[in-house]
Amino acid sequence: MLKELGLKSIDDLFTDIPEKIKFKGKLNIPGPLSELEVKRKVAKLLEKNVSSMDVPVFLGAGVWPHYVPAVVDAIVGRAELATSYTPYQAEVSQGILQAQFEYQSMICELTGMDVANASMYDWATSLGEAALMASRLTKKTEVIIPHFIHPERKAVLKLMVEPAKMKIIEVNQDRETGQINLEDLKGKTSKNTAAIYIENPSYLGFLEEKAKEIGEIAHENEAFYIVGVDPTSLGLLKAPGDYGADIVVGEGQPLGNSMNYGGPLLGIFACKEEFVRQMPGRIIGLTTTKKQNQRAFCMALQTREQYIRREKATSSICTNEALCAVAAAVYLSLLGPKGLKRLGEIIMTKSAYTMKRLKEVSGIKTPLFKAVHFKEFTVNFDEAGKTALEVHKKLLKEGVHGGKIIKEEFPELGETALYCVTEVHLKEDIDKLVDSLKKVLEA
Amino acid sequence: MSFKQAKWNEPLIFERSKPGKIGFTLLEPTEEEKKLAGNIIEVVPKNLLRENSPELPEVSEVEVVRHYVRLSQQNYGVDLGIYPLGSCTMKYTPKITDVIINNPKLRDLHPYQDEELTQGILQILYELSNYFAEILGMDKVSLQPAAGAHGEYTGVMIMRAYHALNGELDKRTDVIVPDSAHGTNPANTAMAGFKTVVVPSAEDGTVDLKALKAVAGEHTAGFMLTNPNTLGVFERNVMEIAEIIHDAGGLVYYDGANLNAILGKARPGDMGFDIAHINAHKTFSTPHGGGGPGAGPVGVKKELEKFLPVPTVEFDGKKYYLDYNKPYSIGKVRGFYGNIAVLVRAYAYILLMGPEGLKRVAELSVLNANYAIRKVLKAKGYMLPYKPENLRKHEGVVSAKQMMDETGVRALNVSKRLLDLGVHAPTNYFPLIVPEALMIEPTETESKETLDELINAFIKISGEAYSNPQVVLDAPVNTTVDMVDDVKASHPKTMRLSWRMLKKHGEPK
Repeated sequence: MLKELGLKSIDDLFTDIPEKIKFKGKLNIPGPLSELEVKRKVAKLLEKNVSSMDVPVFLGAGVWPHYVPAVVDAIVGRAELATSYTPYQAEVSQGILQAQFEYQSMICELTGMDVANASMYDWATSLGEAALMASRLTKKTEVIIPHFIHPERKAVLKLMVEPAKMKIIEVNQDRETGQINLEDLKGKTSKNTAAIYIENPSYLGFLEEKAKEIGEIAHENEAFYIVGVDPTSLGLLKAPGDYGADIVVGEGQPLGNSMNYGGPLLGIFACKEEFVRQMPGRIIGLTTTKKQNQRAFCMALQTREQYIRREKATSSICTNEALCAVAAAVYLSLLGPKGLKRLGEIIMTKSAYTMKRLKEVSGIKTPLFKAVHFKEFTVNFDEAGKTALEVHKKLLKEGVHGGKIIKEEFPELGETALYCVTEVHLKEDIDKLVDSLKKVLEA
Repeated sequence: MSFKQAKWNEPLIFERSKPGKIGFTLLEPTEEEKKLAGNIIEVVPKNLLRENSPELPEVSEVEVVRHYVRLSQQNYGVDLGIYPLGSCTMKYTPKITDVIINNPKLRDLHPYQDEELTQGILQILYELSNYFAEILGMDKVSLQPAAGAHGEYTGVMIMRAYHALNGELDKRTDVIVPDSAHGTNPANTAMAGFKTVVVPSAEDGTVDLKALKAVAGEHTAGFMLTNPNTLGVFERNVMEIAEIIHDAGGLVYYDGANLNAILGKARPGDMGFDIAHINAHKTFSTPHGGGGPGAGPVGVKKELEKFLPVPTVEFDGKKYYLDYNKPYSIGKVRGFYGNIAVLVRAYAYILLMGPEGLKRVAELSVLNANYAIRKVLKAKGYMLPYKPENLRKHEGVVSAKQMMDETGVRALNVSKRLLDLGVHAPTNYFPLIVPEALMIEPTETESKETLDELINAFIKISGEAYSNPQVVLDAPVNTTVDMVDDVKASHPKTMRLSWRMLKKHGEPK
């Protein structure tokens, strides 16, 4: 091949790199290792981890343990899908295109929106993009968020809206019930409000009962109503579109994607049809072929995207979480409407069982809020005279991993942790948690 | 070789739905759990309960499997054949990386678990960030960004934080990019609140230094460059470029999309770049998944370390930990710590290759690109703009303008005909400065025999264009569907972006 190019050596291919910047040393990295060695080395390192398969783990807060049916792995493991690029050549990529169209369609069904994009990086970046989109459409710059929001989502939102000179305003939530204080909300909503954002279920697990009224306040002020969701709740709970949402964001990881120490995730982003031209991200459309007029799929509305629109694009996103979205489509197909509803009921049953059992333990208050909880709930240790961290460390010794300590996020809640219970927590896991807490707190 | 893609006429999965079917059985709670929990539906406020079920498909397990396996057969991937999509580095992924990430010690690990329980993954991430820093010639790397464009976003936000700390953010409004830049560069510039200033390319396809000097100044926040650039040409004046920008008080950003060409041969950190990202799904062989997930780690020089997103993974000599104590950090660019499963694949890939192997990647990718391009150019109608006599690196941009002028066959048609011949098409119509662009990047994992198949396909198409152009204009005919109408897909009257819109408006006519 070199000969065909009229070259003598490989080095002749690199004569265009000036000598002074050529790297002449040897990269200080290990390897090469054989496949066998790599397999052993990585397995040995991972073996040091203790996972939620080894001990019961009651963590949620943005990434949740859910069972991934074997069918999901079998499909996303298909090399034809996994080793393809973004479907720029539609004719040869109908498989991934149709699967993504189906994902978008299922998200629309869950959320009550008309269109969903093919995915964002995660819930947090979906939220940031939603606020920016609302600002572009309203030409206004304030976004109102709940006080009890996930700190990571708040941090990402803050970073993303700052260059657009947007302002984030927090609305109070009732200390007893967690519900958004509508008077406070009305006071903070104005002609400058681009969007009101709520999460339902909230970060701390309780449901927001005045979701419809909040949407009305947004719309009275010509602001967007953005709702953040956990999609596993949407077989059972009302679609945000049915209580007035204009944009729905959320985390799709629970739909057929493993936790993987927090990534990849699957940012859900859906909106009403009238706003689609300001929507960020890739969107797959159903169309026809030119000659035979048969149904076919391709990327739609590409003039919103960076590779055509450049600095005027709605977002810079291109590589997204496409295969995670396919996993979600497969998962939702397997469960169907009845399965998804039952999943929600099982999660609520198990978390209710856990809360009720935890009431047996002296020194524990759970949940802190008088409201209906879905998957997560607060557990407070103030009366036990122990810090949440002490309880956590002692629980670990008992072979149980407790919830996320949220004392630093919300000091007003005291020694509190956020616990998560899903369908993967067996009764014996929950009973072990209760027994261990009794031992730790009552000893 | 002949090619005919599968065509199942597979309906939407919604159209396979029959009420009552279900594809998965959930584990029911025990009677004791149900009894103690009580009727949970009764306690949910009525206004929050769903009245109508979501219209998800109702199908059996085997129907789900067949539907999606059929769809997969209607999809082309690297494991089926060459995928010379320029700037996308579609190389083969070693299968061992599929195996090692399918481990419950990774999959079932929660990101908020106590660090005592996550020492293994933290060690992998710590080591990986050091390997990336070494490969980039940078001092520290954050693994947080989810994609290449997200790495760029992180980098430009670091530029913003740097100028803000220096009290110069109001003054430094401009980010300069070459006219050959990836679209993500200007898009991220805008997301970070800067104005994009474009500099033209010189005759040889590199940045025009005179033009750069003319726009660089006190308003310059930074400069974004991929090297080799999107024409596949190495920016030999990169040190001078960096000097111009640094003298103006700006920072220089390396867009890592084209890193494959220089692995172990030259390092962005040694060329004057202050910030650089890596596309794990390009250079480090993680599969692209039909559009993601990828990973876009970003590396910086020492003086910018304090701005990296939190947390970073650190090691205190005894244990690995997540460090949030960074008061100057830009904050977080996403939830949690990064696309970990993707990063573990990249870690395994680096171990498999080693330092010599990575250098060999660059050598073979450049050899393959130059070989393929030289040979393609021998056929009539293809030209190589910007000093064709000069070497290209890992990719090159062939123009089909002459072919279009002489036969009516456009780059788009060449691409569609390539699909017919069983190879994936190059990137079309990018970079924008090349008319009728066919951007070819074969990657190092293709053999001479496969390259020859690709070359022969280009030659065959040239012959067809000049003898019987209709064959090319009618392409594709061997793919699942004939040419897709993308205008219809975006037209307000025919746009169908979901099953719900399809039901509401009917089939697009």
